[in-house]
Amino acid sequence: MANSKTLGESLRRHGVTRRGFLKFCSATASLMALPPTMVPAIAAALERAKRPSVIWLSFQECTGCTESLTRSHAPTVESLIFDHVSLDYHHTLQVASGEAAEAAREAAMHENQGGYLLVVDGSIPLADPGYSTIAGISNVDMLRETAAGAAAIIAVGTCAAFGGLPKADPNPTGAVPVSEIIRDKPIVNVSGCPPIPVVITGVLAHFLTFGALPELDRYGRPMVFYGQSIHDRCYRRPFYDKGLFAETFDDEGARKGWCLYKMGCKGPMTYNACATAKWNNGTGWPVEAGHGCLGCSEPDFWDAGGFYNALSIPTSDVTGTVVTGAVAGAALGAAAALLNRGTQGEAREKHATVTVDDLEKGV
Amino acid sequence: MERLDTIPVVSASSPGSAVGVTGNVLPLLHEIRHALERLARDRDPTVIDLRAIPFAPGDEERLLSLLGRGEVSLVLSALGRSEIRESGYPGVWVVEHYNDAGERIALQIEVTDIPAIARSQVADIEESSTRLNDLLMNDNG
Amino acid sequence: MSEPMDFLLLVRGTGFDVALTIFVIGVVLRLFEIFSLGRGVNLAEPRGREFGPGMRTILTRNVPDPHTFRRQPLTVVIGYLFHIGLLISLLLFVPHIELFKETFGFGWPGLATPIVDAAAVITIIALLAALWHRASNPVMRRITRAEDWLVWLATFLPMLTGYLAYHRMVDPYPLILGLHLLSVELLLVLFPFTKLMHTFTLFIARWYNGAMNGYRGVQS
Repeated sequence: MANSKTLGESLRRHGVTRRGFLKFCSATASLMALPPTMVPAIAAALERAKRPSVIWLSFQECTGCTESLTRSHAPTVESLIFDHVSLDYHHTLQVASGEAAEAAREAAMHENQGGYLLVVDGSIPLADPGYSTIAGISNVDMLRETAAGAAAIIAVGTCAAFGGLPKADPNPTGAVPVSEIIRDKPIVNVSGCPPIPVVITGVLAHFLTFGALPELDRYGRPMVFYGQSIHDRCYRRPFYDKGLFAETFDDEGARKGWCLYKMGCKGPMTYNACATAKWNNGTGWPVEAGHGCLGCSEPDFWDAGGFYNALSIPTSDVTGTVVTGAVAGAALGAAAALLNRGTQGEAREKHATVTVDDLEKGV
Repeated sequence: MERLDTIPVVSASSPGSAVGVTGNVLPLLHEIRHALERLARDRDPTVIDLRAIPFAPGDEERLLSLLGRGEVSLVLSALGRSEIRESGYPGVWVVEHYNDAGERIALQIEVTDIPAIARSQVADIEESSTRLNDLLMNDNG
Repeated sequence: MSEPMDFLLLVRGTGFDVALTIFVIGVVLRLFEIFSLGRGVNLAEPRGREFGPGMRTILTRNVPDPHTFRRQPLTVVIGYLFHIGLLISLLLFVPHIELFKETFGFGWPGLATPIVDAAAVITIIALLAALWHRASNPVMRRITRAEDWLVWLATFLPMLTGYLAYHRMVDPYPLILGLHLLSVELLLVLFPFTKLMHTFTLFIARWYNGAMNGYRGVQS
């Protein structure tokens, strides 16, 4: 449960020195993608910060988001979860606890009414509540009930933020994102499939540090992480501007690390922090591994055309349209030609020879 | 079968050239140069968080090898290890923070006379004065 | 939340299909009509060939006529700047080439984006100058019809939205990319039924001029 001790007190009790605290603050600033000049402000805020209670609900999802979070490393997720937030309910991690877990959720909701943070991963099926239930409670009911007393909601992953894979055409379960059900609470969308681990913890750290949500973009995503496109932050961008592209996955350009636009990279329309935060403890990220961006942090990315088609290529069959159009145009043109021939013929028939005498008579 | 970590990783581009494949290190070096000028003129320190820089493979190594190593290296043990070292350009420091698990949690370039974290902190100084006082009192008593 | 994306998906899918169908049917229909009308039989004795002079005129008319230049220098200069800039922006920008490649099965090398960007700026300025010229010059105003304003707008919008999209000046990006596609679709739909058809008929007209003069044995 969330306790009333501030983070500063709790750290000191654990024998953490000021230097250690400063280091923790530097890492946290870096984690939140805030400039290092913010470190004193972060230190002051963290000194006073209290452990917030966190309830984590998982709906129609693949657990990839939780997998991603448990691999975040800065600060270690253990320290973040166990020292600085009170994760009172996470049904995937607590699944073996059964009713005790449900009781913990209800207790946390009750004790921290209006103050707890609700984290949701997965979309919510509306076509039939039976498609996804937890302890016999439908996803939509559990979300409404738990959201009612939450201070804010963090929709983790593209499913919770935008509907994701379950919502992909033809959307058999009638999946919707959190924002279509809950309209009266602040919602942060931490999109991505999965989201970058440090982005999840960065948003949690921001709430922990400042007790408020970070500045959001039009899609409700934190500006610090989703403020710039993959394309604009990509280290391969100079190749795009120079017109140097990989044409296949094994050609000279691919080996030299040229731009992957022609291989279907969706970097220009994708907003995420992959290019700087990177993955696997900073080892690399998709483009660095030689594969284009899929655009996984954007709404409807599953339906946004082939992953290997350049972004500028329409989703429909353009060649087919051109051929069909040309044939239809030719047929119509032939019909028009016949019609015009008829008109020409008529004009010729009506043509009467005029002589100079005729003209003079007319005057 | 060879283990993954026994296969050597070879960077295709050679460090030593400031430009590299993408030229992303150059603007950073300019930023450091401007920061040094500010430090010399106004005593105004700068911290650059390298996590916010979109590096190409090999860029970080290129930058660090270009900066080189200077006279001072410090190891800090607080919430895991930290390495603080002066680069070959006095006034330019490389600060690396690791957590308990040995994973790097921050990499920063500090342009200053000495990084703030290397100094003894006021609160800690006050506490150590108290502690030493207590020790002496107990010994005397 | 996802309306701009829905909009982008619509204009990238069905919208593009509809516009492209109207464009192709319209252009083929009109060209077919023009060719099928044919020309009256010329009973005069030919004094030269038709083909060679026809082809040559297609090329030679690219050079501005000095008299026109002296009378209306602005028309000539703006016209050239605009057309060259437009062709560079349309045909040598890599994302556009990818679209042509997908459609026709072959592509060609593109230019570095800063060059295309500069060409786009020149095109936009030339279009604005053309608009100002059309509105302020008494002769131009006299011969301007509603269709001319419409055609100007249909040409200007893809350039403007393309520039804004490339420089990400509108948030969110899918909205401006969608608007760019929508404006291109408007251009495609209007194309066969307006003066925009000159893109194709220009060459037919030049060929006829050259061929007719060739037949009469005079220089064109």
